[in-house]
Amino acid sequence: MTMNIQELKSKHKTLKVFNYKLGNIDKGYNKRTLYINLSNNDIKEKPVSDQMIDKFTGGKGFDMRLLWDAVNENTKWYDPENEICMATGPLGGNTNYPGSGKTIVVTLSPMTGIPIDSNVGGHFGPFLKFSGFDALEIQGKANNDVIIYIDGNNGNIKIFEAPLEAHDSHILAEQLHDMFADNEREKQHISVVSAGSAAEHCYLGMLNFSFWDRAKKLPRLKQAGRGGIGHVFRNKKIKALVVKYSGLKADLNNPVDMKTLKETGLKLHRQINKLDSSQFTMREVGTANIVSVMNDYDLLPTKNFKYGSDPQANKVDKKVLKTLFTQGAADGCWFGCSLHCAKAVDNFIPRTGPYKGTSVTVDGPEYETVGGCASNLYIWDAKDCVEINFYCDTYGIDTISFGSTVAFLMECFEYGILTKDMTEGLDLTWGNADSALEILHQMSRGQGFGLKVGKGTRWLKNWLINEHNADAAFLKDIAMEVKGLEYSEYVSKESLAQQGGYTFALKGPQHDEAWLIFMDMVNNSMPTFEMKAEALHYFPMFRTWFGLQGLCKLIWNDTIPEGNKDTPEPAKVMEHVHNYHKIYTAITGKFMDTDSMILQSERVYTFQKIFNLRMGGGKRSDDHPPYRAVGPVTEEEYLSRQERYDKQLKEEVGVDPSNMTLQEKMSALKKHRMDKYEVLTDTVYKRKGWDKNGVPTLEHLKRIDMELPELIDVVEKVRVKN
Amino acid sequence: MKYLKGNSDLCTGCLACADACSELFFKEKNIQKSCIRINQNDNKNNIIVCNQCGKCMPLCPTQALSYNSQGVVILDKNECSGCLICVAECPCACMHYLVEENAPFKCIACGICVKKCPVSALELIKE
Ligand code: SF4
Ligand code: SF4
Repeated sequence: MTMNIQELKSKHKTLKVFNYKLGNIDKGYNKRTLYINLSNNDIKEKPVSDQMIDKFTGGKGFDMRLLWDAVNENTKWYDPENEICMATGPLGGNTNYPGSGKTIVVTLSPMTGIPIDSNVGGHFGPFLKFSGFDALEIQGKANNDVIIYIDGNNGNIKIFEAPLEAHDSHILAEQLHDMFADNEREKQHISVVSAGSAAEHCYLGMLNFSFWDRAKKLPRLKQAGRGGIGHVFRNKKIKALVVKYSGLKADLNNPVDMKTLKETGLKLHRQINKLDSSQFTMREVGTANIVSVMNDYDLLPTKNFKYGSDPQANKVDKKVLKTLFTQGAADGCWFGCSLHCAKAVDNFIPRTGPYKGTSVTVDGPEYETVGGCASNLYIWDAKDCVEINFYCDTYGIDTISFGSTVAFLMECFEYGILTKDMTEGLDLTWGNADSALEILHQMSRGQGFGLKVGKGTRWLKNWLINEHNADAAFLKDIAMEVKGLEYSEYVSKESLAQQGGYTFALKGPQHDEAWLIFMDMVNNSMPTFEMKAEALHYFPMFRTWFGLQGLCKLIWNDTIPEGNKDTPEPAKVMEHVHNYHKIYTAITGKFMDTDSMILQSERVYTFQKIFNLRMGGGKRSDDHPPYRAVGPVTEEEYLSRQERYDKQLKEEVGVDPSNMTLQEKMSALKKHRMDKYEVLTDTVYKRKGWDKNGVPTLEHLKRIDMELPELIDVVEKVRVKN
Repeated sequence: MKYLKGNSDLCTGCLACADACSELFFKEKNIQKSCIRINQNDNKNNIIVCNQCGKCMPLCPTQALSYNSQGVVILDKNECSGCLICVAECPCACMHYLVEENAPFKCIACGICVKKCPVSALELIKE
C-alpha cells in the first residue's frame, strides 16, 4: 500500500452525518430501509409496510419495488434518479443454514436499459441488515468521489469525499478495512463495496463485495457481476460503501424457532462434511469442478460458443486449478457456509499491468471465468486465466461479459471482420492472452480499443455493422447476447429447454433462472414442449426465491443428500426444498410450502417482467436468441458435429441428408430448430401466464394477487400498442 | 499437548464425570451440558471426549478456535458466530451445542472428571 491511512483521511471532507436509532430485527425483518441521495446528501429511513412484505418478500423483491418507485418509463441508467438498490432477505444473515449471506443488487442496467439483478456473497448485505436496514437505495450523483460509511453499532451514517483512496478493489478494500477497524479482529466486522478503475469507463463494470479473511489477513472479493452495476456506481461517483457491525451471533434475526434452524443447518453441515469430497468437491475447487464435466458433454464454450469441447480443456480443469487453489481453508463467502466454494489463488504474481511482480490473492477462477476467460477465448494456460480473473476483479469488470465479448471479437478477427486497423493494433487471434490482458489495462486507463470493448457485445455488433459494413445477419447469429447482456458460459445448442432458460431470463441470458441441460439433453426427462414449459416455469420461480430470501443457490444442488436419486424428481432435490420450508418458518414464524414459495416468486417475477415492459423491453422480440445459441452457424461448426446434425435431420425433420448439400442441410436444421424455439416460446409464455407477445395477462395478475394499479396501467398501455 | 484419555473397558457408566463437567460449566447436573459423554450401547460404555486433534479449527470462519499454549483447543465465545460448522467437522462428535447458547462448547482438558471417576477410567495426558 502506497499511502498510509492518516494521509488518506487527511483529505476526507464530510458532506453529511446522519444519526439513526438502532433497532431490533424481528423474525427476519427490520421493517425499515435506508434511502441516500447523493445529489443533495439527503438521508432518510423508510418504513416497510406489511403489504410490501406480503407482495415483495424481501431481497430482490424489495430492491425492485424501491427502484420502480424511484424511476419513470423514460429513465436511463445514467439519470440521477436511477438507483442502486441492495438487500439481503428475511433469511439472510443467519449463520446456521449454509449459503445464507447473499446480497441482491438491482439497478437500471447500462447494457440492457431494464432492471438487472445480481446475487453476491461477501458480508455487506447481512451487516447492513444487522445495522438496522432491510435494504439500501442510493439515488442521485455526487460531484466528487465519495464514500458512504454506515456504523451499525453506533447508528450513524456518513457521506464524505475521499479523493486519495485507490480505485482498484484489491487495494481499496484493504485500505478501508484498515481505516475503519480499531484493531485486527474488527476487520472482520467490516464489509466494503467497491468497483474499480475500469468500471468507471466500461458498461461491463461490476461491484466487488468484500469479506475479511482472518486466516489470510486480507479482504476477499465476491462479485455482483452482471449487467454493469459497477458502471452505474462509478457514474454516481461512489468510490465505496462501507458498513461496520460488531456483535455477530446466530440469533440476530430473532427467529421464532432456533432449534429447528440449528438442527437443519447442522444436518447440512454434516452432509457436506461427509459427501462433498465424493460429489462436487466444492470445498477443493469450487464451481470450477464442472469444467471437465462440461467439456465431456460438449457444453464448455470454446471459440465464442462455436464448439463445446476441446482436447486442451484438461489444462484448465479442476486437477490443474486444485494445484493453484489454497486447500483446507475456511472459504465461505458468509459465516456458516460450510460448502466453502469461494476458492482463492494465493501469492499470485501477475506478469502484466500495474500490479506486475506484486503478490496478490485472486478470488477464483470460478467455472464461469474459466468458461469465459479461458476456453471461450481458446486460452489454455490456467495462469493466464487467473491473471485475467485478477484484473477483471480489481478493475471492476464482469468476467462473464468480458469473456463472451472478447470471444465475439476474436471470432470477428478470425473472419477478417475485425482487423488490426480497427483494434488500434491489437492482435485478437484466438488464444492471445496478452491481448486480452491489454484490453483490460486499456479499460482501466480509459484508453484505446479497450474502451469500445467495454461497451459490450451488442454495442460492438452494431458498431461493426453500422460503421464497418459487416454482414449483419452473420453478426446477429454469432453475437452472444440477448437484451444487450452477454450469455453466461454454457453451450445451449443441444438443449431447447436451456435455450429458453437463457432467452426468457428476465435480466438477460444468465443461467441463474434455469439450468436444464442435463434434464433435457442428457436424461431426456422432459420430451414434450409442455414438460419443458413446466420446467421453465418451476425452476425459474424456485430459483427466484433464493434472491428474495438472501440465499445462495449452490447449497440447493451442489451438495446432494444421500438417497436423493431414488426420489421421484431428483432434479428438484426435495429434501433441500423441505429444508427451506423449515428454515423460513423457523425464522419468520410464517407457514411455507412449495406452492407458497412459487407464489412469492411469481409476484416479484411478474413485477420485474412488467418493469421490463415499462422500460420499453420485455417484448417477444427481446427473447430472441442468436442462432449460435440454438444451432451451428458456420460450415465448420456443422461439419464438426455432422453425424449428430445429420441424424437429427433424418429422425426429426424426416429428410435424407445424403441427398443434400451442406448449405441445404444447414438451413433445414436452422429452420427446424428455430420453429421448435417458437413453439417453445408460445408454450412457455402460456405456462407463465403471459400472452403471445410476452405480456402478463390480467387474469394472471389476479391469480397471484398482484392487481396493483401501476402494473395494470403498464400492461394495458402495452396491450394497446401491440 | 494436554488431552483427556478414556479407557472405555473400565467405565461403568455412572456418569460422575459428566455430572462434574456440567456442574463446573453450567452449574447443573445434565449430561446434555457435559463436554464428556458416555455412549451406552451393546452393553458397552464408550467414553466420548475431545482428544484435541484440532480438526475443527481450520474451517471455523472466525478463527474462534485455537490451540492454547498447552495444546488444548480453546473456543473464544466472543468471536464465535454460532454457525456450528465445528460441530459437524469434529470427527469424534465431541463438539457440543445447546439451542439457547450461541457458541458450542468442548472439553478444555481441565481434569475435573478425572478426579471424580471412581474407577480411574480417565486420565489426563500431558506430553
Ligand atoms: S456455496 Fe459458495 S457461494 Fe454459496 S454461500 Fe457458500 S461459499 Fe458462498
Ligand atoms: S460455531 Fe463458533 S467456533 Fe464453531 S466453527 Fe462456528 S464460529 Fe467457529
